[in-house]
Amino acid sequence: MSEAPTINMAEFDPKDLALEDIDIAQRSLWIEDKKMAFFERLRDEAPVHFCKDSEFGPYWSVTRYKDIMEVDGNWQDFSSEPAITIVEPEEDFPLPMFIAMDPPVHDDQRKTVQGSVAPANLKLMEETIRARTQKVLDDLPVGEQFDWVDRVSIELTTQMLATLFDFPFEDRRKLTRWSDVATGDEESGIVESEEARQAELYECLEYFTNLWNERAERGESNDLVSMLAHGEATKDMSPQEYLGNLILLIVGGNDTTRNSMTGGVWALNQNPGEYAKLRNNPGVIPNMVSEIIRWQTPLAHMRRIANKDYELGGQTIKAGDKVIMWYLSGNRDERSIENPNEFIIDRPKARQHLSFGFGVHRCMGNRLAEMQLRVLWEEVQKRFHMVEVIGEPERVPSNFVHGYTEMQVVLHPH
Amino acid sequence: MPKITFIEHNGTQHTVDAEVGQSVMQAAMDNLVPGIDADCGGECSCATCHVMVNSDWLAEVGAPNDAEDSMLDLNPEREQSSRLSCQMTVSDELDGLIVDLPEFQF
Repeated sequence: MSEAPTINMAEFDPKDLALEDIDIAQRSLWIEDKKMAFFERLRDEAPVHFCKDSEFGPYWSVTRYKDIMEVDGNWQDFSSEPAITIVEPEEDFPLPMFIAMDPPVHDDQRKTVQGSVAPANLKLMEETIRARTQKVLDDLPVGEQFDWVDRVSIELTTQMLATLFDFPFEDRRKLTRWSDVATGDEESGIVESEEARQAELYECLEYFTNLWNERAERGESNDLVSMLAHGEATKDMSPQEYLGNLILLIVGGNDTTRNSMTGGVWALNQNPGEYAKLRNNPGVIPNMVSEIIRWQTPLAHMRRIANKDYELGGQTIKAGDKVIMWYLSGNRDERSIENPNEFIIDRPKARQHLSFGFGVHRCMGNRLAEMQLRVLWEEVQKRFHMVEVIGEPERVPSNFVHGYTEMQVVLHPH
Repeated sequence: MPKITFIEHNGTQHTVDAEVGQSVMQAAMDNLVPGIDADCGGECSCATCHVMVNSDWLAEVGAPNDAEDSMLDLNPEREQSSRLSCQMTVSDELDGLIVDLPEFQF
């Protein structure tokens, strides 16, 4: 790890800094929500940009939509190993997981579990998802302030995850905690130290090892733990690899949809005209869901390592260099998306966004996420004239998980 | 202009005029055929333009390319006749092509 940064990016207007001094990953920009103006400058002036020194070491930033597509679609030249976020993995605590593996091992492990969220299976789940959503919404206080993140976004995504794992329902908030711990660190305030973080993740492993043993003894069922315990490509995984893949599935199914559930409410509050459109035409909800996922971009980036020297945007990325694809920036690229900074619920081609990634690592749960969000909004619209946000939401202090820790709201009935 | 017929999962048929040189996916999009999403816009990177080629046309259409094959593999509902329609180019030889659409895109 390098020395602490000498320039606090958040104190600057992006145009007052030399391009070479820009470190878009610096936490201050994310904590204070100042990153968008910096992304705009990078897209315009240095779309493939090298930061030579940062808390995360040297790295390239790819910020335009089409360049991101090019990198994401090319697993041969851009490896996902050994990790998919800008943070270097702890040497003494590697967490192998299939999202951070290249084909063919990636393919074999992914195929083991992807059936759980395949569309045919999702169709069977919709009724359960709807009943739970109705229950969560019906239990909310009307006309008094509460935290939407905790009562709705976390609750619904955690219930879903518990179902996919066939995880003991009463313990489901453990999943929320492990998800936060897996992507958090000391700086984020989620854990006190790296040791504490690892200790909690071992608790996660221990808990899930019991589930594994229980499922391995039974015949195969269609929950994720059973699929891993019986799958040809996964049944002999090491404990650390089991933990890695658990974290992948927990974070993948949790942080992402959670923050889109919150982000949609926030976006509609900032765009009352769009909220009016939604009230007049609930049929727009499936399209709005894609627009919410684009607008929020719940995972701000993915990282790759170049396997060879590669020309992109007039720059030469050297073999071994770290390359960050900033989905959040690509989803605001005016070269590929019309009026990208506007939230437009009936936007044409709303599905064309980067939030799920592209190529062999494309989000496995994308259809589930869309269904959860669609059902939520269908049920919200049946009940409430408005979910009004009070004040501003609190943001997750991360350049990876792009979301909210708290958002106070008041419900107004029809 | 070559004609292509898309058959939805529920049996509804859509026969469209396609332009030589465009992709089968684009022909579907231009004619508002439902059931193809094409999230990546034709880059062989999302597999949401999945179709199943009618058995009479399999030989003419040919097998998927390598990149397409790896994307198709991500779909547990893949069939022998599966192709990504963004990777199929319309030609006069394909006049009359029939493809089935899956119940869901993954």
